[in-house]
Order: sequence, then structure tokens, then C-alpha cells
Amino acid sequence: MTFSFEIPLLLLLIITAAGATLVKDLVSAVFLLGSYSFFLALAWAWLGAVDVAFVEAVVGAGLATVLFLLTLFGTAPRDARIDREPFSWPALIGLPLLGVLLLYAASDLPEFGDPVSPASQHVSPFYLENSLRDMRTPNVVTSVLMDYRAFDTLIETVVIFTSGMACALLLRRRRT
Amino acid sequence: MLELLEAWLLRPNFLAFVVLFLWSFSIMVTTRNLVKQLIGLYIVQTSVLFFLIAVSAKSGATVPVLLPGADPVRAVEYANPLPHVLTLTAVVVQVATLGVSLALITAMYRTYGTLDEEEILKRME
Repeated sequence: MTFSFEIPLLLLLIITAAGATLVKDLVSAVFLLGSYSFFLALAWAWLGAVDVAFVEAVVGAGLATVLFLLTLFGTAPRDARIDREPFSWPALIGLPLLGVLLLYAASDLPEFGDPVSPASQHVSPFYLENSLRDMRTPNVVTSVLMDYRAFDTLIETVVIFTSGMACALLLRRRRT
Repeated sequence: MLELLEAWLLRPNFLAFVVLFLWSFSIMVTTRNLVKQLIGLYIVQTSVLFFLIAVSAKSGATVPVLLPGADPVRAVEYANPLPHVLTLTAVVVQVATLGVSLALITAMYRTYGTLDEEEILKRME
């Protein structure tokens, strides 16, 4: 697998993520986060996950940005703290330790782009080979989402409904 | 040591995942502004999903939409669709939970008048 196009995308991802977390003005941070989502969608399209890229571009970059902006316009759009954040020892020790562990485990992962990696061995070839016969749909992602794993999607809509209700209840103005 | 370095260079996606995950997790833990913490949370979630999708890629394979006349279908020619489906669900649920937490933040701002965690703790007393 050649990484010629991938390395600049990954660098852009890291740069926009760092910008979104470091900028003091929260509106700019939210817009940087939206550009991070778009670069993520590009990277996913590059990796062959077009459906996920669409969803990330619409829901991640669109809806999440709108939600953040609505919140900021209703509250304080600036990080008011001038002085530096207090030092936290657990984060300073724990996170580099976690990073070392993750990087040490890197050699045990299957190579990216390996067609016979364990992730694409057991049930995934079954979906690919049988979905056209079972569902008459050329898009395998759709047939897995809507047919083989329809209960998963059903419960997901329940989660979205619950969260919508929670938002409505939280944001209701109290009449007092 | 050289072996480990080679293992990293062969997996740039994993390196990017580790950097994004640790960086935004540290932001989540150390920042006191609630919206900043949520931005960190969002990047943590998307970095994990990015890693899942990176595992699903196969070199020389196309998107998981079957080509016309492909019979029988050979699984090595298409990317692994299963992580895509799980990630689709996770992206939507992630934005739903983000909406709930943003609504919580708005409610807190209405009550306490600030988004700073320490200020809120002070005003609660």
C-alpha cells in the first residue's frame, strides 16, 4: 500500500485537531473542528469507506458544528481563562505511559492494507459474497446495516430519539 | 529498536491515531473550559473510529459496492464492510450524545453564568 497521499492528510488531521484544542476563541475552535471532520471524511474516502465519509461530512462536520455554534451563541463564546491550566500529575504520568504501551504494541498489529488480516477473515467475506444474492443490493454496507444487522440500527434510532428527548427536556425554559 | 521503528513507519495510520488520541485525551483531562473538553471528547471518539476504518482497508481493493457482473464475488477485491457499518452507527450515536452534553452545558450556563469548571464549583458552594 502506498502512503503518498495519506501522509499529508494525516498531518492535516493532526494540525487541525491541535488547532481546535489550542485556540482561545471558541468559535474559531469549532470551525477548526469542522475542518478536522472534513479532513477525516477525506481520509475515510481514501481508505475506501465512502458511506462513512458521507456520514462524517454531513453529521460530523455539519450537524456537530451547528450544535456547537448554537451552544456558543447561547453561552460564552470565549475561553475567559487567561492564566495557564493547573498542572495535573496523573495526566502527566499516565498519558505518556499509555502512549508508550500503545507504540510498543504497534508491531503486533496486522499490517494496514493486508487483505488476509484477522479483521477481514471470519464474517466479513460472508457478507461480501452473499449480500447480492440475499438482498439484491450492490452496496454491501447498506445491506449489512439495514438487513443483516437491522436490530442494531433499530436500537440506534432509539438512542437518537432518547437523546433528542433529553435535549428538549434540558433546554425547556422553566416558567417560574 | 530498528524493528519497532519499521513497524511504526509501516503503520502511519496507527501513529496518527495514537497522537490524536493522547493529545485530545490530555486536553479533555487538563482543560477547565467545558466546551473545550467536549471538543477533546469529540476528537478522542473520531480518532478511535479512524483506527477502526484504517483496519478495514485492503490494499488493491475498492469500495464495498459490488461491481456489475461480479459473480462469484471475491472478497479480497472489496474493502471490509463490517467496520464501516459499526462506524456509521457510532458516528451518529456520537453526535447524538454530543447534543445531549451541549444541552447540559447550556443548562449549566443558565444556572451559573460561566463555562469554567472551577468557577462553577466555586459558585455551587
